[in-house]
Amino acid sequence: MTLVATAGADAAASAPAPAPPPGRSRTGLSFAWLGLVPFAAYVMLFLAVPTVLAIGSGFFTDDGSFTWANVAALGDPVVLTTFANSAWLSLLTAIVGAVVGALVCYALLGMNPQGGVRTTVDAVAGVLAQFGGVMLAFAFIATIGTQGVITVFLRDGFGLDIFANGNWLYALPGLILPYIYFQVPLMVITFMPALAGLKPQWAEANLTLGGSRASFWLRVGFPVLAPSFLASLLLLFANAFSSYATAAALASQGSQIVPLQIRAALTSETVLGRENLAGALALGMILVVGVVMFLYSLIQRRAARWQS
Amino acid sequence: MAPVIRRARIASGIALTAAAALLLTSCAAEASGTADASGDSAVDAATATSLADFGTLADLEAAAKAEGQLNVIALPRDWANYGEILDLFAEKYPEITINEQSPDVSSAEEIQAAETNKGLDTAPDVFDLGLTVALQSTDQFAPYQVETWDDIPEELKEPTGLFVGDYGGYMSIGYDSSKFTAPAALDDLLGADYKGSVAINGDPTQAGAAFAAVGLATVQSDGTLDDFQPGIDFFGELQTAGNLLKVDVTTATVASGETPVVFDWDYLNAAHTADNENWEVVVLDGVGYAGYYNQAINVDAPNPAAARLWQEFLYSDEVQNLWLKGGARPVRMEAMIEAGTIDTDLADALPEAPAETVVPTEEQSENAGTLLGEKWAAAVQ
Repeated sequence: MTLVATAGADAAASAPAPAPPPGRSRTGLSFAWLGLVPFAAYVMLFLAVPTVLAIGSGFFTDDGSFTWANVAALGDPVVLTTFANSAWLSLLTAIVGAVVGALVCYALLGMNPQGGVRTTVDAVAGVLAQFGGVMLAFAFIATIGTQGVITVFLRDGFGLDIFANGNWLYALPGLILPYIYFQVPLMVITFMPALAGLKPQWAEANLTLGGSRASFWLRVGFPVLAPSFLASLLLLFANAFSSYATAAALASQGSQIVPLQIRAALTSETVLGRENLAGALALGMILVVGVVMFLYSLIQRRAARWQS
Repeated sequence: MAPVIRRARIASGIALTAAAALLLTSCAAEASGTADASGDSAVDAATATSLADFGTLADLEAAAKAEGQLNVIALPRDWANYGEILDLFAEKYPEITINEQSPDVSSAEEIQAAETNKGLDTAPDVFDLGLTVALQSTDQFAPYQVETWDDIPEELKEPTGLFVGDYGGYMSIGYDSSKFTAPAALDDLLGADYKGSVAINGDPTQAGAAFAAVGLATVQSDGTLDDFQPGIDFFGELQTAGNLLKVDVTTATVASGETPVVFDWDYLNAAHTADNENWEVVVLDGVGYAGYYNQAINVDAPNPAAARLWQEFLYSDEVQNLWLKGGARPVRMEAMIEAGTIDTDLADALPEAPAETVVPTEEQSENAGTLLGEKWAAAVQ
């Protein structure tokens, strides 16, 4: 669980940072790396070691003998379904979050960067991007739960029952809204720097050469922004994929996504002896997130060309 | 004092199985050797298997007070009146600090905590466990037989005292009587009145109470505990009807009305009356599904005497009546009714027991666990 949580936090924390100031890396021999030691030790102790231990546990039985059984269990239909669920939920919320977030960024572009609206939205997005977990789940239960204020208002005021076909909030579809709730702000904070990096001179050059507004976006804006957009999209995917606490607090039945399967394998008091399956599930998740992060770094490298 | 101790030991030894008697005799020999030299203070609390090994209750109390700590784990204060019980222990033994660790973890996590904290003074001293975990974790327990051991029905205790049933109840349906009429049979819950209203306390592939809910649905649908499929099918139908509510049940969801119908142990449902005065508890007619929670002592307990004092305390008349006050059925109930020490008002307030009662065997619960692992997620999706 810790592993999943840290993976999520880590994914969020590694949002595209501004490129390092040039000239910092010119020295061949320096003791600058010393400053990194505490952080490296921390990451080693609390991320790398637990990850290795968790994955390692997937290859052993309870008695400590080597086995492929846990990894083979990744092919189990129930486990495959949860991986598919996790994947489509993450992809859907990542796409919606990315598109909506990008539109918000575009709208903000017209505002004064030092103005009240920009700074407020920046600050709010920074907070809400991390507003996941139990508090978010509670916020949704209190607003659109069966007895939530909005549910009751719609039902009594307009005769509209949002749960006419049964309650969907506490099942897999119910996770879409809460996830989008933290995906959009994350998109805003990761994509805004890229959008702000569009130089006004490019638009002026386009106009000078007789281009139109449409041709600017088609030939300059979109191609320049595409790598940043895709990189942010992948980050959002990884963010949703590793998210645990919101789902744990909302959907109690069936462990429909992978992090919940890991919890079930670790803590179940009715089906015992599956602790090592959790390691195999974690391995599966790390593989998926690893692929996504690899793609992210490829695209990020391309995006960096335009940002310098 | 020594002869008295020995007589007590012999008397209890007769009542025990051969294996336990053997164990006890060896302890007795060891203890009596040292007892001559330095009296009761030389008792090794970690190997004591009954009060007689300490001498009297006062000796055990003295040993526990000398330790001064008791580490308990997974005891939610709103679970079967544990809050009041913990407070009573603290009041009775102010010299002993109770460290309440992780109140909401599962039985399986209690054992994991004992394994990972082995040798540390933060390791749990005592466990409160569901039967499945208790049966499979006996290596982690130290045998101990409380003073009131003979009052406990044979089928609810491990013969040597490795783990002992303490309190239990029947799987029940709690409901908000201001919104619903009492369900008379399981199938009533499939009706349109219960749209989006029926919740289970946990996921049956993880939580004992939810597992029991599927077991109850099985036997109420004319199935047997050999095959939980009819129970899974029932909840599948409930899902298809749009009546299954999949949020995790807490005291807060019951109080707010978010979960108006809940499958849970009758004593846990009864406790919700405090938060929702319209809350009623029904144990369905026909076959009932019962379950007892078990007490056990960590074999590596950092405070072995306090752990044993906690057991004596839990099985005393006073605390057994506190279980009853929490709506649970104490394990010594029959004997206490005979002895006249039961609180009759509280006993009469319990929901009536079903005519026939089932409890799964270890094999049945393992098979059911496997089946639930394969079928549950799909059934409720």
